[in-house]
Amino acid sequence: MSINKVQEEIIEEFDILGSDRESTIFYIMEIGAKLPEMPENDKTEENIIKGCQSKVWLSASEAQGKINFLADSNTDITKGLISLLIRILSGRTPEEIIQAELYFIEKIGMGNIIGSQRSNGLAAMIKQMKLYALGYQAKLNS
Amino acid sequence: MALDIQKIRAQFPILHQQVNGKPLIYFDNAATTQKPQEVIDALSNYYHMDNSNIHRGAHTLADRATRYYESTRTLLKDFINAKEEAEIIFTKGTTEGINLVATCFGKKFIEQGDEIIISTLEHHSNIVPWQILCEEKGAKLNIIPINEEGEIDFEAFENLLSSKTKLVSIVHASNALGTINPVEKIISKAHQVGAKILLDGAQSSSHLEIDVQALDCDFFVLSAHKLYGPTGLGALYGKREVLDAMPPYQGGGEMIKEVTFAKTTFNELPFKFEAGTPNIADVIAFGKALEFINDLGKKAIKAHEDELLSYASAELSKINGFIPVGTAKDKVSVISFNINGMHPFDVGMMLDANGIAVRTGHHCTQPLMQRFGIEGTVRASFAVYNTKSEIDTLVASVAKIAKLKNKS
Repeated sequence: MSINKVQEEIIEEFDILGSDRESTIFYIMEIGAKLPEMPENDKTEENIIKGCQSKVWLSASEAQGKINFLADSNTDITKGLISLLIRILSGRTPEEIIQAELYFIEKIGMGNIIGSQRSNGLAAMIKQMKLYALGYQAKLNS
Repeated sequence: MALDIQKIRAQFPILHQQVNGKPLIYFDNAATTQKPQEVIDALSNYYHMDNSNIHRGAHTLADRATRYYESTRTLLKDFINAKEEAEIIFTKGTTEGINLVATCFGKKFIEQGDEIIISTLEHHSNIVPWQILCEEKGAKLNIIPINEEGEIDFEAFENLLSSKTKLVSIVHASNALGTINPVEKIISKAHQVGAKILLDGAQSSSHLEIDVQALDCDFFVLSAHKLYGPTGLGALYGKREVLDAMPPYQGGGEMIKEVTFAKTTFNELPFKFEAGTPNIADVIAFGKALEFINDLGKKAIKAHEDELLSYASAELSKINGFIPVGTAKDKVSVISFNINGMHPFDVGMMLDANGIAVRTGHHCTQPLMQRFGIEGTVRASFAVYNTKSEIDTLVASVAKIAKLKNKS
């Protein structure tokens, strides 16, 4: 499934939730709970994403030219947010990740749901994922 | 006589709005209180009618603005029962008040080897200025520990006191937990070793009756915006003999008597510490906030807030997974808590979805959070315009959130 196809799926899911903020937040927490577990020894100081108010750990590995992400957070809502990004970007080539335009964030009005602090955090997560992709791209091309 | 809360609420326009489709419930009063119509009007009236620079103008507007400005000083003098207006210095807020004392008292009276005492309960604004001062002077900062309930260990405090202690700077009521410190005892012990004492009244001044003469504290600091007044304004009270002995804070207009390039002489109190054109409009509006409190009466306000506090504490305690943080016997209307298995940020966001405004995080008291081994708390804090029915909504929302991780 293409990156945009997954984004469309997410937009539809949020559309079903409607404008009720509470159920939207509950939904984000729910999907966060389903995120594959990150090994404890990956939760290092280096893997913490800078610019997030809550703690978010993100690690990346490469297999057959595709990048897989693992993440965790100490807050359930943040965990839900990163799980959305992982659903879209994990298992993609570095090029796909670098070029991905994550329009779903604006489409579902994420800024209004999570507020400005957490929106900055979300932007920091995306930036970190793209940085990993750039790193692997350079490595794979060398 | 009991207060008519609905009548009081009618004076606060901001309270009558919907947030996320729900009626706003404002429980973030320890961060800042809302402003009654009279305070808002005073700000606007000042710029409509009276705007003028104060103290030296020879015209009617300047005279009027000066009178209004100085009348707030008198109101504040009476509000905390200072001896005279000269002992009231307007500042940007509690933080600046403490920094002023750290800078000016510190410059003159703190030397290498001296000791300053604060407590584990302090806000960062009553920690960092002393750390800076101690580093600069080679002095030592001692910290009074607290117990599990969030009360200071008085015996440990007595043991920290010595002839080296030059200043004790302590919070009157904790912003993070609500604990009211036994300040009378603290002040008298501090004075026995010859130390001066500063009380951080940012939280206490809106809830408790303050009498700086009876307390016999050397300094008292407060913020207007926690007293139903405007932001960016506060006051420092200091005993005249201590303030007189201190060098000025900042140099500029207002604070001088005479300036020549050879030598400048400084103005009398309180102007010696008020360099530059002050925050005239907000000071005048603050006067209206003080009148608002005076009209209701501190005793009646405290009685109402105490009732809300004990009701909320009792109801929230029934919730499976509710963990109170800070359970001191003597508290102002602040409830700090966590929900088992949940991060305070998440709880705060879910409460906000229900229109309930609380504060989450470390409340600028990181060492205090470290003492309890937690990252932060959810804090609900009540003011005179809050109601029991608002607390019912909070309790119902917290119960619903707690159920996500705590199956009963």
